[in-house]
Amino acid sequence: MVKRIIVDDKIFQDMDNQIIQLEHLTKRFPVGNGFFTALTDITLSFGKGEFAGLVGPSGSGKTTLLNIIGSLDVPSEGKATVLGRSIAELSQKQAANMRNHHIGFIFQTYNLLPVYTVYENVEFALLLQNISAEERRKAVMQALEWVGLTDKEKSKPSMLSGGECQRVAIARSMVKRPKIVLADEPTANLDSKNSHHILQTMQKLNEELGVTFIFSTHDEKVMQYLKRQISLADGKVVADEQVELVSSQ
Amino acid sequence: MVAFKLAYRNLLGAGLRTWLNVSVLSLAFVLIVFYNGMIDGWNRQSRNDTQDWEIGQGQYWHPDYDKYDVYTINEAHQPIDEHAQQEIDGGHLVPQLLQKATIYPQGRMQSILLRGIPPEQTLLKLPTDALNGDDEAKVIIGKRMAKATKLKVGDQVLLRWRDRHGTFDARQVTVAQVFNCDVAEADQGQLYIDFQVMQQMMDFDSEATLLVSGSEDVGLAGWSFKSADFLLKDLDDLINSERISGRIIQLVLLMIALLAIFDTQILSIFRRKKEIGTYIALGLTRKQVVGIFTIEGGVHSILAALLGAAYGIPLFLWINTIGINFGSADMGITIAERVYPYYSWQLVVGSVLIVLVTSTIVSFIPARKIAYMSPTDALKGK
Repeated sequence: MVKRIIVDDKIFQDMDNQIIQLEHLTKRFPVGNGFFTALTDITLSFGKGEFAGLVGPSGSGKTTLLNIIGSLDVPSEGKATVLGRSIAELSQKQAANMRNHHIGFIFQTYNLLPVYTVYENVEFALLLQNISAEERRKAVMQALEWVGLTDKEKSKPSMLSGGECQRVAIARSMVKRPKIVLADEPTANLDSKNSHHILQTMQKLNEELGVTFIFSTHDEKVMQYLKRQISLADGKVVADEQVELVSSQ
Repeated sequence: MVAFKLAYRNLLGAGLRTWLNVSVLSLAFVLIVFYNGMIDGWNRQSRNDTQDWEIGQGQYWHPDYDKYDVYTINEAHQPIDEHAQQEIDGGHLVPQLLQKATIYPQGRMQSILLRGIPPEQTLLKLPTDALNGDDEAKVIIGKRMAKATKLKVGDQVLLRWRDRHGTFDARQVTVAQVFNCDVAEADQGQLYIDFQVMQQMMDFDSEATLLVSGSEDVGLAGWSFKSADFLLKDLDDLINSERISGRIIQLVLLMIALLAIFDTQILSIFRRKKEIGTYIALGLTRKQVVGIFTIEGGVHSILAALLGAAYGIPLFLWINTIGINFGSADMGITIAERVYPYYSWQLVVGSVLIVLVTSTIVSFIPARKIAYMSPTDALKGK
């Protein structure tokens, strides 16, 4: 049993350690003749090895923010710098290269490629990199070992449970040893047991490999594991809290 | 290479939809190859037959002779000079004397072209040795001529002609042989008679209208050389017109197959938006995703070629052993009773390329939409 306590409501980051910096970020989407503002003046930074979450109700801008960090979208105003590169200034190719090498995605609906086996799904990201077949095999098996699915390597996603699918998605995001993993509502489709299993796996990977995890969630189960909670409401940051997990025993 | 691998896996993963498209495309592919093979086979056989039975490797014509103008025939004859005679003696040339004449089978009058040809010639397949013998008035005719005149071997028929002085003369001639020949022009309305006998009948001593050559132009003064290509032009034109009408059928077939691919591609892009978004999230550029979908469409044609080869090659080999029977019906064109399709590597490679290129283009057109797709919308399946 763990107890969560808020240790600070201000984030003091080591500037040299920051891998994501968002400055006065605003994102608008065209709607009809006008615009819908999804994010307003967001200023945040994330350090290496963080286990942080964007928390808030639907429509608060969590996914939009993750998409910008993941270079899938660009800000309308302000600046998003990820791994030292301004997202708005990246070409399509550079953004794709950054996603392929340094950013892993985990989606609510797993987004596994249905015609591929578990092994092939995990291997996919490595196919785009110049890695030998032997090295790929080693990396894929290592990733499957992290998530405990080595015995399912030949299965198709349709043969797996929801929890197993999400574990494959974690393996796929981790196989390339990224610097950042962005998880968009990763437990929304899972039961409690599977959610905890998934979160424990990600927590372990965060601690062992030092990968930065950023979640978007409104799931209480996920919040229990977060070391930092950034609360969003109507596209604005309303709280940014550093929390510490303390054993009740 | 990765794109090919992905496309291949996606196609196999799509199961029945892929195989339906591939089946339709392979059918189009096999029919295109078969139809063109038939035309090429007909072309080859007809050209060979026409050369074997009628034109050799070319002909030396009297300068005034025009095979398309019957009025030139009367005056188009000239003495065979020494050089030409040497070539004839060497078996390189076959002289022919042509004149208009009339026969009266069963009392009917029928205009014919009388051809004098040396019985000992071996350059043409015509069974001219049947013209040998004591009876100087032997003739040979083709099966079409025999059918039209109701003449058979051993029948006698009255032959009437005008000699060089314009005087009418006539005699009974005996049908020594009816030959079976696929070349209509060497058969219809033609009566073959001994060259020297005809010279005597016409009073054209040592004269000929044309010389059939067994080789390329050797340069005979006073004669106009017509190459085999020139003499086969009518046949080529006919075959080309058949080829063009065949193209329309092939185009319709190909369009049906390509429409199926186009439809599948549009459906794929609509249904697989989330997958497209995932590809982009995993690090592919939009161009690479367009490439994957385009290659997927293109790979249909490769699979179609393989499937087509799987059932097409045994089918073609079998057809090549039995040929396609066109019967003995006289169509007035040079066509064998049994046509054996000819499949050249140019035909097969050309057909594969046409199908590959068109299916790739058809796949690319809907796939272009991906380039304008927002990855975040695609991930949501919007």
